[in-house]
Amino acid sequence: MSEGIRIGVYVCHCGTNIAGTVDVHEVARYAGGLPNVVVSKEYKYMCSDPGQAMIREDIKKERLNRVIVASCSPLLHEETFRKCCADAGLNPFYFQMVSLREHVSWVHSKEKEKATEKAKNLVHAAVMRVVHHESLSKKRIPINPNVLIVGGGIAGIHAALTIANAGKKVYLIEREPTIGGHMAKFDKTFPTLDCAACILTPKMTAAGKHPNIMLWTYSEVVKVDGYVGNYKVTVKRKPRYVNEDKCIGCLACIEGCVFKEAKFPNRFDEGLGKRKPVYIPFPQAVPMKVLIDPETCLKLKTGKCKMGCAEACGQNAIDFDQKEEYKEIEVGTIILATGFKGFDPTILPFYGYGRYPNVYTSLEVERLLNAAGPTGGEVVLRDGRKPSRVAIIHCIGSRDESTNRWCSRVCCMYSLKLAHLIKEHTDAEIYEYYIDMRTPGKGFEEFYNRVAEEGVTFIRGKVADIYPESLDGSSNRLVVVAENTLIGRVVKIPVDMVVLSIGLVPQPDAKDVRRMFNISCSEEGWFLERHPKLAPVNTFTDGIFLAGCCQGPKDIPDTVAQAGAAAAETLALIDKGEIELEANFAYVKDDCSGCKSCINLCPYSAISFDEAKGKAVINEALCKGCGTCVASCPSGSIGQHLFEDVQIFKEIKGILANGEGVVR
Amino acid sequence: MTDKFEPRIVAFFCNWCTYLAADSAGVSRKQYPPNVRVIRVMCSGRVDPQFVIDAFANGADGVLIGGCHPGDCHYSEGNYKTLRRYQLLKRMLKGFGIDERRLRLEWISASEGDKLQKVITEMTEEIRSMGPLNLPSKIKTEDKELHLSGVKP
Repeated sequence: MSEGIRIGVYVCHCGTNIAGTVDVHEVARYAGGLPNVVVSKEYKYMCSDPGQAMIREDIKKERLNRVIVASCSPLLHEETFRKCCADAGLNPFYFQMVSLREHVSWVHSKEKEKATEKAKNLVHAAVMRVVHHESLSKKRIPINPNVLIVGGGIAGIHAALTIANAGKKVYLIEREPTIGGHMAKFDKTFPTLDCAACILTPKMTAAGKHPNIMLWTYSEVVKVDGYVGNYKVTVKRKPRYVNEDKCIGCLACIEGCVFKEAKFPNRFDEGLGKRKPVYIPFPQAVPMKVLIDPETCLKLKTGKCKMGCAEACGQNAIDFDQKEEYKEIEVGTIILATGFKGFDPTILPFYGYGRYPNVYTSLEVERLLNAAGPTGGEVVLRDGRKPSRVAIIHCIGSRDESTNRWCSRVCCMYSLKLAHLIKEHTDAEIYEYYIDMRTPGKGFEEFYNRVAEEGVTFIRGKVADIYPESLDGSSNRLVVVAENTLIGRVVKIPVDMVVLSIGLVPQPDAKDVRRMFNISCSEEGWFLERHPKLAPVNTFTDGIFLAGCCQGPKDIPDTVAQAGAAAAETLALIDKGEIELEANFAYVKDDCSGCKSCINLCPYSAISFDEAKGKAVINEALCKGCGTCVASCPSGSIGQHLFEDVQIFKEIKGILANGEGVVR
Repeated sequence: MTDKFEPRIVAFFCNWCTYLAADSAGVSRKQYPPNVRVIRVMCSGRVDPQFVIDAFANGADGVLIGGCHPGDCHYSEGNYKTLRRYQLLKRMLKGFGIDERRLRLEWISASEGDKLQKVITEMTEEIRSMGPLNLPSKIKTEDKELHLSGVKP
């Protein structure tokens, strides 16, 4: 069987990452003594140019027909070395990788001898396995050029425009009635203080009008089938009770509504502003189409109403019979840009949010400051007063063992921005309570200095309590208690307004979304990127990319940069026209007895039964290569390329060899 | 071989969850005993019961199968098939006289490097306290006995 097999083993030092723990010299020596191994070498960085050149040269000079690299995780460099083999004329599937870094040196750094022993076992397993490798070729399938983008915040909008401008069709799905996301709610952006609306709304309008962008707001993805290049996605379009094609955004219906006063809290204004049952979220909404809220509309709730809205509409656009619709679309790639949620401060009762009306979240203050907001840009308290002293408290729900351990990255900077803006609007005294001032970014430290020079008082300490200054109503101030850790003293400062700088948390349904798109989440609930440094917008599922805060807290520039990167990755995939799929699909061997036990096991219905031959047949194009059918075939008549029974049996034998090349 | 008994555990990890958890444990430098050797499969559903038995027969003291959490399988439901086989396999191992604690199935997601560290540490300690399985030499002895009694092995 092993006649003519010539294996080359290459043990990588990875600088000192591997060599610092594993005796790489000993591993290479050991591998050199194993059957069929004709070359066994070690090198500082096997993935570098000289490392790869060495392998290529050996393949030619030593007529190697099998190559093993023992270095890092195959998820990082398997493709690199496969390509290296192919460049030297060797079929890439004769290559096998051994993970000595993630699985050995990094996790057994204090047990050098045993780590070396383990490394030898793993290399031994690969040497035995690779003998049974075969020459394979990758499946090629055409890729659908359409792109789905989930989430219409700044990340989704930027990615959509980039891809649409490249001439590809984009479906931009947003579950709120308007695109714009969190950024649309902000007044100004740090550190340049340019107004969020001025930089965002032109992009929103462009996305709404772009001939290549199919914009579906008030819609949600409910089902995803298929795989890279060929996804089938079902989108639920919630009823607006307004015909989007007919509505021209004149807003006459809002005027005509039987409710003369707007009396229902507007979610877009964080509940600070009021709206009618028929409304637009905010004046610059895209699409500029009204919608009717079934929870508050008399007609939809009770069936009885004069329907002033329908009467006022000159376009006949109001449609109370609208039902939710399910649309199926076909796309080749998907970008998830589902964003974040602000931390809910009611979880921390001592900050008094929800109990004291003058305790606000930072997002609420953004709306107060916004010229298009509920107060027209006036900072007025819920009791109508203008604040003359304001406390801004950092790290609400961040960097805290009892809530979230992560730093939300943007709060220090937006708190400084709010301090500047509140001061500008009200000339109030401002106290900022912080744990550490984190201002890493272009122009950030300079902005901090500027705000400090404007006379904002910084107190280094966590706020312990907030309580009313008096209980008899003689004062409507709140007392903020904190230890100023720089002077080692507890300070109590009465203020008119408290701003809680809430952190960023994953969307509450991130786990469901993750499951639907078959990707992973980090422990905290952020979507997991394929590699934190080398593949920051890719996921472990091919064809699905990430952009913006759904991957982790970040500011607007970083979000836009990431959205651009995701768009580039998408376009790179589409422009190739076809994708190569891993060659690990299953196949039925001749000795199939036709018991049919595999057929029901396949989640992709890739197995059918050939009545004429009396055997099972696997459709290669549908098979995803899980190998469940292979493991269940009672007669061992199903094989799986790259994971053949014999390969795994040999791997087991090699792994259990006792370190001196003796196979029991 | 050192004087102290060092259990040898063969692990079958799925490519999408548990193998990634092992990678992420590596990236976070989480230390665990060097007794587990990992074989990568695409899905825990690929783990043929024969692999487990073969591992024991070749000298493994324990076998660990790692897959995605229920509902999270990259291939929708491969891990459910694993669970079914695992239950039957445990029963069968008992019949062979192999303590069922020597086979373990764990759902470890890509982000659970902590769990991976805990499971491997626990399992190594448990098997260390159980002592070696020594199936290869037992098989050899039994074969010899059968041979002496005139039955062909």
